[in-house]
Amino acid sequence: MRFTRRKFMQATGAAAAASAFPSFAQAGPMRLGLMTVKTGPLASGGIDMERALVQYLKEAKNTIAGRKVELFVGDSGGVPAQSRTKTQELVERDRIQVMIGPLDTASALATDDYIRQAQLLTLSVAAAEDMTQRKPNPWFTRGTSTSSQCAMPLADYCAKTLKMKRMVVIADDIAYGHEMCAGFHRVFEDAGGKVVQRMFPPLTVPDYGTYLAQLKTNVDGIFLGFAGSNGFRYLRQMNEYGLLKKVTPVGGMTALDEAVLRNMGDEALGIVTSCWYSAEIENAINKRFVANFRVDNGYDPGFYAAATYTEAAVLDQTLQKIGGRIEDKQAFMKAVRSGTFDTCRGPVRFDQYGNVVGNIYIRKVERKDGRLVNRVIHTYPNVSQFWTYKPEEFLKNPVYSRDFPPYKNLES
Amino acid sequence: MRIANLTHGALFMLGAYLGVSVMRYVPNLWLAALAAGLAVAVFGALLERLVLRKLGGNVLGQVLVTLGVSFIIADACLLVWGGDPIPIQTPALLQRPVQIAGFVFPAYRLAVVAIAVVVALVLFLLMEKTRLGAMIRAGVDDPQMAGAVGIPVSRLFTTVFFLGAALAGAGGVIGGPIMSAYPGLDADMLPLALIVVILGGVGSLLGAFAGAFITGFVYTFGVALLPDLAYVILFLPMILVIAFRPRGLFGKFAA
Repeated sequence: MRFTRRKFMQATGAAAAASAFPSFAQAGPMRLGLMTVKTGPLASGGIDMERALVQYLKEAKNTIAGRKVELFVGDSGGVPAQSRTKTQELVERDRIQVMIGPLDTASALATDDYIRQAQLLTLSVAAAEDMTQRKPNPWFTRGTSTSSQCAMPLADYCAKTLKMKRMVVIADDIAYGHEMCAGFHRVFEDAGGKVVQRMFPPLTVPDYGTYLAQLKTNVDGIFLGFAGSNGFRYLRQMNEYGLLKKVTPVGGMTALDEAVLRNMGDEALGIVTSCWYSAEIENAINKRFVANFRVDNGYDPGFYAAATYTEAAVLDQTLQKIGGRIEDKQAFMKAVRSGTFDTCRGPVRFDQYGNVVGNIYIRKVERKDGRLVNRVIHTYPNVSQFWTYKPEEFLKNPVYSRDFPPYKNLES
Repeated sequence: MRIANLTHGALFMLGAYLGVSVMRYVPNLWLAALAAGLAVAVFGALLERLVLRKLGGNVLGQVLVTLGVSFIIADACLLVWGGDPIPIQTPALLQRPVQIAGFVFPAYRLAVVAIAVVVALVLFLLMEKTRLGAMIRAGVDDPQMAGAVGIPVSRLFTTVFFLGAALAGAGGVIGGPIMSAYPGLDADMLPLALIVVILGGVGSLLGAFAGAFITGFVYTFGVALLPDLAYVILFLPMILVIAFRPRGLFGKFAA
C-alpha cells in the first residue's frame, strides 16, 4: 500500500479527532487494584477486605458506571517494603487505574512516594494521621478514619456521658497506638478529665501480666487502643486477673472489632467502644451488605470488610458522577473531595485533605441471637479528623505522638 | 544435635492450634495438651529424620531449613485455622483469681508455674539419673566415640527431637489460656526461647533454667520500672553475658 498524502491526512485527522473528543466510557474495562494482606499476622483483616470487595462487585454485576471491572489483588504480607513493590507491580504490570488499600499504616507510608510519582488514585484504609494532615498526598483519600478520629468522640463520651474523671490509656507501641491515645487524652483532658497512667506495651508482647500487675485500680476507666488480636488478649487477661470488676474498659475502633468478637465470651459484654462502623447500623445499604456477607461467610463483617465496602461505594458513586472516566485523574479527585456518598457506614463526604467526614458510633457489646454484637448506643454525626478543633490551629501543632500532647497528670 | 532449631516457636503455635481443635471434641485442656504434644512430637521427629539428617554438618543449611519450616507451619496454620485469634478455655477449677498476701493472682498462672517446675525436675532426672540421659550426654559430647561404644546415636537424636517437639507442642496448649492461638504467636515466642538458651548456655539444662529465671524476672521488673525500654531490658542482659561469657552462663559450647 502506498502512503499518499490523502491517506496521511485522513489518518492524522482521525487521530486528532479522537484526542479532541475522548470517549472514555467505551474505553474498555476499568482496572481496579486491591492492595491487601493475605499472609502473616494481619491476614485476617486482609482476607475480609478481599471478600467484601468481591461481594460489592458481585452485587454490582461487575459493572461500575457502565464499565466492566477487572480486579487485581496484591498481597503484601503486611511488610511495608513488599507493599511498595507489589503496588508498583499492580501499576506497571497489571496497569491498574485505581487502588483500594493498603491495609496498614506502615505500608501506606512506605508507598506514599510511589503513589505521588505514579499519580495513582488511592482509596485507603490505613490510619496514618499526617497522610491527610500536615503532608497530604493529592492522590490519597481515606474513607475510614484517622487513628484518633474515633478516639476523640469516645473521650468526649467518657467525660460527659459516662462521667469518668480519672482514666488510664494503653495501646500498642506503634504510631497508630500513640496517635489514638494522644487524641483520646487531649479531648478527655479538655473536657476536665485526667489521664493518670499510660502504657505502651510492645506490639508483639505475648503476655500482658506485667502490665496488668501495675494497672492502677483507683481510676474510673481504661482506654484500650489496641489493634488486631491484642485487645482481645488484653481483655481476657484482665478478666483472668479479676480486674474487669474494678476498672471499666472502653475501646478504640479496633479493640473489639466484629472479627475478634465472634471468638469472645461473656467477658466482653457491656464494653463500650467507638468506631465509624458497626454491623448493627440501621440503614438499607448496611442491612443488605451484612445480610449478604453473612450468607457468604457465616459471620458479621467488621472493620476491614466494611472499610473496603465503603471505599468501593465511594469509587462507584464518584465514577457515576464523572461518567466513568477513570482516566481523568484530576476530575476524579475533585469529584471525591466535593461529593457526598451513601455508604454502609452512613452518609460521608471528604475534606480538602482527602479525609472522610462522617458519623462516629458509640457502641456497646450485647448478646443478640446467641452471638455478640456491637449495638449502637449513640451517634456523633459528621465528625472530621479535627474533631471540634479548628483545622488551622490543629495543623499548627505537631502530629499526635507518644509525647504530644504532653501527659501532664501522670501519677507514679 | 547441636542444631539451633528455629522451628520451636512454630511448633509451639502448632501445638496451640492443635489443642484448639482437640478441645472442640474433648473439652479437657490436659488431654488436649497430651494429644497436641504427641502430634507435634511426631512432626518434630519426622523433620529430624527426613530433612535435618540429610544436612548433617551443614550448620547454616540446618538453621535455614528450620527457619523455612517455621514459615511454612505459620502459613499452613493460617490456612487451616484462619487469621482470627482463637481463645483456649481455662479449666473451670482454675478460672478464679487467688488472693495471696493482699496480691491478686490468677490461679491458672500459678498452675502453669507448678507444671514448669515439675517438667524441669523430670528433665533434670532424665538427663542426670537415667541411662537414656547418660547416652544423650555422651552422644552430644562426642558422637563418634559414643557410636563406637555401641550407643545408637542416630536413633537417640531422633528421640531427642521427638521429646523437644513434644514439650513445645504441649507448651503451646498449656500457654493457650493465657495467650490464645493467633497468627504471629510463633514469632512472639521464638525470641524468648532463644534468649533463654543463649543466656543460659547451649547444651545445659541448668543454664536453660537459670536463663528462663533471669529473663522472666529482668523482663517483668524492667517493664514495670522502665516501661519505655521493654526490649532493651530484654536483650541487654543477653548481650552482656555473651560479651563476657561467650558460652552463656553454664554452656558447654559457643552459642
